[in-house]
Amino acid sequence: MAILIIAEHDNSTLKGATLNAVAAACQIDADLDLLVAGAECQAVAEQASKVMGVSKVLLADHSAYEHQLAENLCELVVELSRNYSHVIAPATSNGKNVLPRVAALLDVAQISDITSVESEDTFQRPIYAGNAIATVQSQDPIKVLTVRGAAFDAAVAEGGAAEIVAIATVCNDELSSFVGEEVAVSDRPELTAAKVVISGGRGMGNGENFSLLEKVADKLGAAVGASRAAVDAGFVPNDMQVGQTGKIVAPELYIAVGISGAIQHLAGMKDSKVIVAINKDEEAPIFQVADYGLVADLFEAVPELEAKL
Amino acid sequence: MRESMEFDVVIVGAGPAGLSTACRLMQQANDAGQELSVCVVEKGSEVGAHILSGAVVEPRALNELFPDWKEMGAPLKTEVTEDRIYLLKDDQKSSKIPNFLVPKTMHNHGNYIASVGNLCRWLAEQAEQLGVEVFPGFPASYIIYGDDGQVAGIGTGDMGLDEEGNQKDTYMPGMDLLAKYTVFTEGCRGHLGKELIAKYQLNAGKDAQHYGIGIKELWDIDPAKHEPGLVLHGTGWPLSFKESEGGASGGFFLYHAEDNQVVVGLITDLNYDNPHLSPFDEFQRMKHHPLIADTLTGGKRVSYGARAITKGGYNALPKMSMPGALLLGCDAGTLNFSKIKGTHTAMKSGMVAAETLFEVLKISNEGGQNLTAYGDNFKDSWVYEELYTSRNFGPALHKYGTVIGSALNYIDQNIVSLPFTIHDNYPDYNQLKSANAYSPIDYQKPDGVLSFDKPSSVFLSNTNHEESQPCHLQLSDYSIPLGKNLIMFDEPAQRYCPAGVYEVIEGEKGSKQFQINSQNCLHCKTCDIKDPTQNITWVTPEGGGGPNYPNM
Amino acid sequence: MKVLVTVKRVIDYNVKVRVKSDHSDVDLGNVKMALNPFCEIAVEEAVRLKEAGSAAEVVVVSVGRKACQEQVRTALALGADRGIHIETEASPESLNVAKLLAKVVEHEQPDLIITGKQAIDSDNNQTGQMLAALLNLPQGTFASELKLTDGTVNVTREVDGGLQTVALKLPAIVTTDLRLNEPRYASLPNIMKAKRKPLEVKTPADLGVETKTHTKLVKVTPPAERQGGITVSSVDELVEKLKYDAKVI
Repeated sequence: MAILIIAEHDNSTLKGATLNAVAAACQIDADLDLLVAGAECQAVAEQASKVMGVSKVLLADHSAYEHQLAENLCELVVELSRNYSHVIAPATSNGKNVLPRVAALLDVAQISDITSVESEDTFQRPIYAGNAIATVQSQDPIKVLTVRGAAFDAAVAEGGAAEIVAIATVCNDELSSFVGEEVAVSDRPELTAAKVVISGGRGMGNGENFSLLEKVADKLGAAVGASRAAVDAGFVPNDMQVGQTGKIVAPELYIAVGISGAIQHLAGMKDSKVIVAINKDEEAPIFQVADYGLVADLFEAVPELEAKL
Repeated sequence: MRESMEFDVVIVGAGPAGLSTACRLMQQANDAGQELSVCVVEKGSEVGAHILSGAVVEPRALNELFPDWKEMGAPLKTEVTEDRIYLLKDDQKSSKIPNFLVPKTMHNHGNYIASVGNLCRWLAEQAEQLGVEVFPGFPASYIIYGDDGQVAGIGTGDMGLDEEGNQKDTYMPGMDLLAKYTVFTEGCRGHLGKELIAKYQLNAGKDAQHYGIGIKELWDIDPAKHEPGLVLHGTGWPLSFKESEGGASGGFFLYHAEDNQVVVGLITDLNYDNPHLSPFDEFQRMKHHPLIADTLTGGKRVSYGARAITKGGYNALPKMSMPGALLLGCDAGTLNFSKIKGTHTAMKSGMVAAETLFEVLKISNEGGQNLTAYGDNFKDSWVYEELYTSRNFGPALHKYGTVIGSALNYIDQNIVSLPFTIHDNYPDYNQLKSANAYSPIDYQKPDGVLSFDKPSSVFLSNTNHEESQPCHLQLSDYSIPLGKNLIMFDEPAQRYCPAGVYEVIEGEKGSKQFQINSQNCLHCKTCDIKDPTQNITWVTPEGGGGPNYPNM
Repeated sequence: MKVLVTVKRVIDYNVKVRVKSDHSDVDLGNVKMALNPFCEIAVEEAVRLKEAGSAAEVVVVSVGRKACQEQVRTALALGADRGIHIETEASPESLNVAKLLAKVVEHEQPDLIITGKQAIDSDNNQTGQMLAALLNLPQGTFASELKLTDGTVNVTREVDGGLQTVALKLPAIVTTDLRLNEPRYASLPNIMKAKRKPLEVKTPADLGVETKTHTKLVKVTPPAERQGGITVSSVDELVEKLKYDAKVI
């Protein structure tokens, strides 16, 4: 049986999270169908057809799907999923919104946020905010899964030539309707949603010096965070704190500057894909978790980093 | 105007003393068919969250309070099977003290290795079933006095204030809990108990109170090494007792509890005089001694915590009654240091209190009386006898050192009671000598296997405080930490605090700053006790803050 | 208008979980349990609707062991009017919870159902959506703002990269995100009053629901410890590594 993957897109571009979901699906089965449901989203279907590993692109192009409303999308997916062994979506806000609804209508469980494929019915997923990893086996005929992107290397976006099949089914029950949307306009992303986070610790010396980090953040489109020590020292406000009682972040890239790496802080960022530490104390515990460590005076290294990005 | 509620009895602190008072009060009221309103306020997020004790529990008081506690499922499950006492000679050697030389107070036959936190959780369930209102997450932050100078209740703390004391959106004012009688059972160095002792001069004519800091960890160990019921105590290394290194005394414990777990801890007496000493680091290095390391190796640390203990005993025990109130358990100082046990005596002090209070409440509905009858009732109880006969134990150790002191204790406890009383009247806080008098102690870096640093330890205590709130560690004089303590004692708060709350940070251009990381606080109260100028006052933070100890 | 709120008893967010040495699950023995933070936000929102005059009654429901009545009481102390506890063994799967809740909804006929977006123990983020599916009701997940108008609720949702607002026909299901509100503290008098508010206990059999096992928990392990990487000697080398090896910038 084949796998149905729900594509993440904005009606013009296929989003990267789809590629991670495809990669996860490839570990289960080779026969992958990618559903592009949207409005005037032909361009997305074309991009989807080029993704390596995809056998077929199902294109459901109708205004009912324009805003990915869960009620309409769910009905469509349920109707399609009878022919599949697995239904997979990236664990994005759309995927998380629609897929449990699909699972309930299929009378099967959903396994959320998988980080590893053990076999076609057994998966690993983080529980307790990543403080434990559960291995879960599905006993349902159809496995419904959401995929944590950072856990799977993206599938190759170019080179494939999958057939595009139009789906005529229109599900529009008008239970809900789109009112509006507001794309985050802030120059810097939210700490918990950012792809790149640069954080400062007590080594920053004072609050004004955080401007050094902001300049780097501007170049990388990063959010700026802080360790508890920096918050406690009054350098920056509470809401910038990463760690124990602050926020848990898991960006693609985490840059820790002048942070020693107290366990509270490590607990808040250890799920980041790549960790960089810049600290003048080579004994700092942060280096034990960093992928790339630079022993240097941050007041020299950070401006240099900014200049070279 | 703050809202208020009225109760017959308000009890401050859901520990063994407070909960025993509550249970015994309601037992009597229910037996007599009398209406009685009893409420217990507790600063921890739940009952047991702030309880930390060894512990080997003597069940004497529990036998009296709930004779069928076993059938009722009280969490005392591991009976002591074997006692061993060691003298650690250095970081490698130790010698076991022959049983016949051990003071009989240190024999634990018939006692139980238990989590006092879990015992309190169980006692709170019993109390609630008996009709007591138990309110965790509500600290008693101040005392309400009546017009005649009597205690008339307590006020709970405000919630939702920011650092500067301004009201946040979530602001909720505290409440006045008015009571005919208020029972203070806050545990060692309760901040209200401290105020009562001063206001009513409860310690007049008594020796200075003495304290220790107990630091404890819970470990999962290799099942092959686990001997449920085995109790190890000892003294000696690493707390040096050579005059040239400063006179720190204390002792360790290692108990094999249930489920392949052991508890290990070190009590450091807070009368030490070397300001470089760090009880936390002493404990961490102690675990490398083969006697302890052999048990822990291959295991995993599960939990960490610290709490001061009141150990002055009989000679320092303040008067426990005052108009409208009683001061009980470790809040007063009922721990029997010769047994290193305080749970049974605290419980009994509460049960006697409940009996005294019920007698008074039966006769008069007025409240606010001076409960002097408590003194007599307490004197007639076995707690008094225990404390009186062991009155020399602590002072002998303090005054004559571990070796001679132990010998005197052996004679006093086993052979013939000494016909005199040894006094030790020097408060712990003014024992520190100048930092120049000793060289700093070279504590090894923790290895991350047996020994750990403070942040990773505090992490395991599950401690937390709402970030934005007034600092609950108050300085009377902001100039003292850097202006005096740093110069004279290299600011000992950096070392005596087992949670890394106090730090002296070097800023740009060598400038120094004293920082209080109050979020880390374990509520152990050591700073309030040991600060050489008594400049730090511990007050209650927002309700629910502090550690969340499981099974401690 | 009647509002139904669901609550779950979970480990307190301050407590560090520990995996049992036999890897069967995490160790919850004697640890502090609490109301799931997202459920607390759900209760707060419902109580605010009541205080604003939009809701007449707030009913709170929990599924699980007897101990979760404590969390129902907490919700009652925060302002809910009455409680329902569906007593089951251990922690049931999301789909089973949704089926039980669906029966409660059929019986209670609320106009609005508010659930937390996820529980901080299982981190599933499923029950609200599943409940919506079973009842064929519209859903507004990850809500950061609710606005009630005649017969509809406008829900502003926190989505990747911004906010989306949808209009849902009532009755509808809303799941809460962190920024929806900041829950109040329960006051002492309200905690005392909560003890006397009605709490009805039901079993799955009472509701006519037969629960089914859909998944098997094979094992629970601690997360892999992160290993240290390499030390770079200069900013140039760092930038190069990030560009060409890690490919993150």
